Amino acid sequence: MSGVEAVRQEALTDDLGSRRIEVHDLNAWFGSLQALRDVAVVAEPQAVTSIIGPSGCGKSTLIRCINRMHEEVLGARVSGKVLFDGQDIYAPDVDPVEVRRRIGMVFQRANPFPTMSVLDNAVAGLKMVGRLSRGELRRRSEQALRQAGLWDEVKDRLDEPGGKLSGGQQQRLCIARALAVEPEVLLMDEPASALDPASTLRIEELIQDLKTQFTVVLVTHNMQQAARVADWTLFMLYGQVVEFGPTRKIFTSPDDKRTEDYITGRFG
Amino acid sequence: MGTRLGNLRPNARGTPPLRRRSRLGDRLFKGLSVSMAAGLIALLALLLVVLSVGGYRALSKFGLHFLTGRNWNPVFGREDFGALPFIFGTLVTSAIAIVLAVPVAVGLALLLNEMQLGWLRNPLAVFVDLLAAIPSVVYGLWGLFIMKPVFDHTVEPFLTNTIGQVPAIGALFRGAKYCVETQVGNPRACVKFGYNSNGGDLFTAGVILAVMILPIVTAVTREVVAVVPRDLREGALALGATRYETIRMAVLPYAKSGIVGATMLGLGRALGETIAVSMVVGNGLGIGPSLFRPGYTIPAVIASEFREATSVGVHRSALLALALVLVVVSLVLAALSRMRVRRTARLVGGPTPAGAAEIPALEVTG
Amino acid sequence: MSGAAVATAGARAPGLSRSMSRSRRVKDRAFRASLWACGFLALLPLAFIVWYVLVKGVSALNLDFFTKEPAAPGEPGGGIVQSFVGTALIVGMAIGMAVPLGMLAAIYLSEYGRGRLASAVRFVAEILLSTPSIVAGAFIWAVVVVAMGTFSALAGAIALTVLMWPIITRATEEILRLVPQELREGALALGVPRWKTIARVVIPTAGSGIFTAIMLAVARGMGETAPILLTALGQDFLTTNPVAPADAVPLRIYNYARTPVLSQHAIAWGGAIVLLAAVLVLSITARFLANRQQRRIR
Repeated sequence: MSGVEAVRQEALTDDLGSRRIEVHDLNAWFGSLQALRDVAVVAEPQAVTSIIGPSGCGKSTLIRCINRMHEEVLGARVSGKVLFDGQDIYAPDVDPVEVRRRIGMVFQRANPFPTMSVLDNAVAGLKMVGRLSRGELRRRSEQALRQAGLWDEVKDRLDEPGGKLSGGQQQRLCIARALAVEPEVLLMDEPASALDPASTLRIEELIQDLKTQFTVVLVTHNMQQAARVADWTLFMLYGQVVEFGPTRKIFTSPDDKRTEDYITGRFG
Repeated sequence: MGTRLGNLRPNARGTPPLRRRSRLGDRLFKGLSVSMAAGLIALLALLLVVLSVGGYRALSKFGLHFLTGRNWNPVFGREDFGALPFIFGTLVTSAIAIVLAVPVAVGLALLLNEMQLGWLRNPLAVFVDLLAAIPSVVYGLWGLFIMKPVFDHTVEPFLTNTIGQVPAIGALFRGAKYCVETQVGNPRACVKFGYNSNGGDLFTAGVILAVMILPIVTAVTREVVAVVPRDLREGALALGATRYETIRMAVLPYAKSGIVGATMLGLGRALGETIAVSMVVGNGLGIGPSLFRPGYTIPAVIASEFREATSVGVHRSALLALALVLVVVSLVLAALSRMRVRRTARLVGGPTPAGAAEIPALEVTG
Repeated sequence: MSGAAVATAGARAPGLSRSMSRSRRVKDRAFRASLWACGFLALLPLAFIVWYVLVKGVSALNLDFFTKEPAAPGEPGGGIVQSFVGTALIVGMAIGMAVPLGMLAAIYLSEYGRGRLASAVRFVAEILLSTPSIVAGAFIWAVVVVAMGTFSALAGAIALTVLMWPIITRATEEILRLVPQELREGALALGVPRWKTIARVVIPTAGSGIFTAIMLAVARGMGETAPILLTALGQDFLTTNPVAPADAVPLRIYNYARTPVLSQHAIAWGGAIVLLAAVLVLSITARFLANRQQRRIR
């Protein structure tokens, strides 16, 4: 835990300290089906925390609990605490809309808005909520698209519908869209699972860039991806945390036999 | 340093974080949409209340006689409201419509869903649905000027001379033997070749109704047939069964209850149809076995008498009571039908995917 | 049961059509033929109606028909301009009322609706679709006409609203449901409030589908006679006063068809051609748009 503390101290010195996520005793249900059991984890600022595990282990549910998207599913319920900035996002006076604005999310399947152009998609959040001038929106759009490493590819087709881009470009457009509202944390739910290897590589490079400014939480079923980009790794099984620690430790000398089995591909 | 940051917290940007804002837009929008949805329930309730209150005077004054009496006289002072002739006419025309439409609708649904029609399937389905889009008054106009003469001079004499000669059911197809009282002012509306030659009649109205309800019965039947699991069919076909045997063994037994539901919905539509029927039914008050005599229906009498109906006597109340009877019967039929179709879907195949047939307005209800 | 037994026997001799008994083949043929006959029978009336309306109505169509008030019975010429204006007025007002009511109810059902209220609303909307149109007319007659002391275009519009509200609700709900959940989540995850998500993402994505639902409801409302008869009554003169009795095309057809005046019959057929064309164009366009929309969203 001393490593965590060190990172934390370091982060505090440049006002990123408030972007830490702490999950305590988190339980989540779909109807009567319990998807998460007593999950606890910390996601540090300026680091990538990855969540791995076989499908159905609850990793997507966990990440969706961090910005209160889980409750959007019919019959879904949550108990426990998720501290962001020291505040419990599940406290009664908290506005889920505000939580989601500050904790952005990128989904597994790219979901650009089909009725909006590339330019508008990138600033969709700002357009729908704020009252920015056209020029300002354009400037912010360009900035977000550059941040997502997409600008050079789309600068000549900004007026085309977002759905016309390739799969990898669509996903980066969604990342741009999430970045444009200037979140403090970026949640990524298997952002590259539907992409080809080249696009995946671009996304991974992008994640490496983004972690200098954001707290990044990445769900992936691809262990190599976790090993490549993550600083911290959480291994889950059947809705429970099996092991959490620095990525290198998880992948080289895990404490738990089940983690080792999964890492080495022996798990069912 | 740490303290300064501590003071700046919880948010470096200086705004109190995460706190719930009033979100007026959200509350307003949700409130409005909830009330418009609940408004539908209120609408139905209001409709029933208004018609009950309006019809109360007539129903309480005449009691059961309102449903069984054969005399309908709105002249103030001699008021008598026995609605049996209208009930009779409504039931007979609807029965004719059901008898004619349901077999064709089932055949049509099987043709569209079970036979490999290729490119023909979609246009055929659309044409059938378009029948439901034709306005009632156009059916009436066509029925009155085109179909009725043909029925009067060709179809009905033919039926009288053939099925009419069969004992028992033949009575249905023999012509009315006398003039009908309500055809006052139109003395030509009398007997010619033993059938009524000028006013309309129950049979013609029933046939028009059959065409009008065909699309809705077909659509609901298709919805039911569509949920019969594919493997049942393929199982039968794999056994070497013919198309006919497959449908009889694997499709119809499962769809039967739903077809009954479709029939009930069609019946509800037929009972409430007004304009086309009133144009061809003849508006005669008699009750008798012949289908070729003029009749009168509940919707038709409401449409033709509402202008004279004032609240001086109970005439207006009587018409509202008729509307009440009509809406209660059709709503009960619709509810039963809906539940039956749903149950079929659940019994055979779990929850139905929202297919086109499930979209009620895409049936272009008429 | 016997069918199954025969079927097994058939399966034992694969590929030999001769092995199928003659009676089975005949039955199957007869069955197929009867299905085709049903298809043919169903198309017959549509063809006949469209044909006769065209043949009989086309001669009535001229400029006067669309621009003049009715001539006195027996006199030549004249038109039914007041019917067209009346239909536009009544249907226009009905759209103004039914579209917001229906769309909001649909938004509730598809975006918020969970639990008992939602299933109750859905059920009620479904059975309201089966309300006989004359009953909607009688209802509004008893409430609005009697209260206002006069038949009026407004009462007609309210009666049509009673019919169109549930149609728009159910059709729009189905169309909103076709909008992928990911798009809603995408917007919500950006910190967009729910109502803005609905207004700026869900509804634009459903787009023409909603328009389709409205078109179908309008097609239905436009062709209705009975509820208009009981509430707007009819009118021989051109008026746009919403609280005065109003005419409508179907109403005019109905009234003229029942007179013995031949020139009025001709005008009735002319009205039928216009009405039928409008209703069919709306229905076919709506269907076409709906198909395209479903393909686009999926």
